[in-house]
Amino acid sequence: MRYKRDPKLIRKVLGNDVQFILGDMACVYGGLLAGCSFFGGYPITPASEVAEGMARLMPRVGGTYLQMEDEIGSIAAVVGASWGGAKSMTATSGPGFSLMMENYGFAMMTETPCVLVNVQRTGPSTGQPTLGAQGDMMQCRWGSHGDYEAIALAPSTVQECMDFTVEAFNLAEKYRNPVCVMTDGEMGHLRERIVIPDEKKLKLIDRVEATIDKDKYIPFTKSQTRDSKVPDFPTFGTGYHTYVTGLTHDERGFPATDKQKDHEKLVKRIVEKITDDADKLIKVEKFNLDDSDTVFVTYGASARPAETAMDMARKNGKKVGLFSLKIVWPFPEKIISKLAKNVDKIIVPEMNLGQIVHSVKEASNGNCEVVSAPKIGGEMHLPQELMRYLEGKYK
Amino acid sequence: MIEIRTAEQLNKKYIREAMWPTIFCNGCGHGVVLEYTFWALEELGWDMDKVVFASGIGCSSRLPGYINADGLHTTHGRAIAFATGIKAANPDLNLVVFTGDGDCSGIGGNHFIHAARRNIDMTVIMINNFIYGMTGGQLAPTAPLGSIATTAPYGNIEPPFDICNLAKALGANYVARWTVTHPYQPIKSLKAAMQKKGFSLVEFMAPCPTAYGRRNKLGDIKKQWEWYDNNTIIIEDYERIMNYGSEKEKEEIKDMFPIGVFQDIDKPGFFGKYEELVNRVMGKEHKPSKKAVKKVVTSK
Repeated sequence: MRYKRDPKLIRKVLGNDVQFILGDMACVYGGLLAGCSFFGGYPITPASEVAEGMARLMPRVGGTYLQMEDEIGSIAAVVGASWGGAKSMTATSGPGFSLMMENYGFAMMTETPCVLVNVQRTGPSTGQPTLGAQGDMMQCRWGSHGDYEAIALAPSTVQECMDFTVEAFNLAEKYRNPVCVMTDGEMGHLRERIVIPDEKKLKLIDRVEATIDKDKYIPFTKSQTRDSKVPDFPTFGTGYHTYVTGLTHDERGFPATDKQKDHEKLVKRIVEKITDDADKLIKVEKFNLDDSDTVFVTYGASARPAETAMDMARKNGKKVGLFSLKIVWPFPEKIISKLAKNVDKIIVPEMNLGQIVHSVKEASNGNCEVVSAPKIGGEMHLPQELMRYLEGKYK
Repeated sequence: MIEIRTAEQLNKKYIREAMWPTIFCNGCGHGVVLEYTFWALEELGWDMDKVVFASGIGCSSRLPGYINADGLHTTHGRAIAFATGIKAANPDLNLVVFTGDGDCSGIGGNHFIHAARRNIDMTVIMINNFIYGMTGGQLAPTAPLGSIATTAPYGNIEPPFDICNLAKALGANYVARWTVTHPYQPIKSLKAAMQKKGFSLVEFMAPCPTAYGRRNKLGDIKKQWEWYDNNTIIIEDYERIMNYGSEKEKEEIKDMFPIGVFQDIDKPGFFGKYEELVNRVMGKEHKPSKKAVKKVVTSK
């Protein structure tokens, strides 16, 4: 029994076009719309509703839900499923995300498309399980050992939780890379109205499968059929007899662990297939940038109080704008750099002690003042608190 | 199609030649297990496009590289979890996992336990050489008491893991242990294991002359291979003596390794059951027949 995406069935299982649902559930909807047919997960607050939703709906669309023994096994099964030809995903929160780091790196090294939803909670360690945070933004970029390029999206609404999960699958399939949806406890447990897009409006990307002659096929090099650094995908069972390893490998996929050149060539291609497209991967929402001298640069749940603070400040005649990052990694360095030249001050509200602010500082390169506006402890910023930053009161 | 009669013909068919030669040392048992696996596959006549080999980290985990088939060489201890995903995505594929004693019973113990418990459809071939060979001879969870390892320089004081009895207790469909010195029974076992639905385990006791035999003074390679014959006992004999033998007989065999088929049952495999579940929730089964509906109406 192999899964085949059936749009009519999926729409029937999801129900009404307009619904009032949890952010976690919206990630489930996004996965199913994208054609995800394997979910491997392990219960963890505040991400458990994703697993519960998948357990309920996945069999009804003919896919597989598996509750694995732990998060290490979850992502391993997700990567395996992808090689078996499925679009696959998992969902977790901080402690589970930490456990997934090794095989997240394996997915990078083996160029495996898959999606990780991280409903972030406070840390370090067990922290505050039920409360939201944005403390894993750097972990998703740098958490696994070695060099790689992460792709991460950060939804600010429940609608975006669904849309960005679809988008995450598209990017994963396009670049053959694991993609993270970095939501958080606030988003995950928030109920909002969503509109499920029409099948015709839904843009889905599927991996390019290898079709070339088996004798001529080279699995780990730039595409042999297109102008792309992303190789065509030799799904297991299609007769390509591919050897896939997390060891440094040559173009044939064979271990090449003692050769500097092979490693450099491989890892640079894995990184460049994404950095070459960095300009295409920019996804931001801009508010009032034309006349602003002060701008909030933020993402995810933190964009919501920042928007309110901006509106309040504007009513008082202050020229404040908002720059909400929807794709956080790869970091939109060029546009932040340009922004820094046009404004006096950038304020970066985050639900951590300052993570993305470092990338903002790096990109702005001293051209404007960059202020971190951290808040931890499982509460979102109040707009009033952000107003104080506008007044120059940073503590 | 030519009928395969010699090891040379067999290797030509199944080996991924470009990966040759292997990394294995003189006297190592891994190549022997690979050869037995080839014979079993040949006897089964399976389409190698539909067999996927997964492995973790260690010497044994290099085996999929030498086979002309799809192979996933994963992270330490996790191969079984990866294989679970592959099988879920495409249940038509046959999954074989090569793993070592450290990979399977040490770092990967949890995945092993749960795959066996769930009766996930795959064959795990665990090669047990009592040691972490690839990294230079550190203590493994399977090392017999008193074994010398680089991380147990004064002798191992931990009781070793019996992975076959563990799998048996978890209800795995097929469990067998052999040594590489027995050529015929293992091929039969591998064939039986691969044909089974559900979870099957074949453990091979194999020498590691470089990292284990040398340090534990087991002698030259020939002597090390003989060690396996002198320290194993057929499981039926072992159980008979342990149940009915004299104290003297029991004393003689108590430290020997029972070999043979530990379990051979036919519980439904996980993915067969999952398919039933999908059919049930998708409404493909249990549709009330007209007759049944009539009955309800008439009972009013």
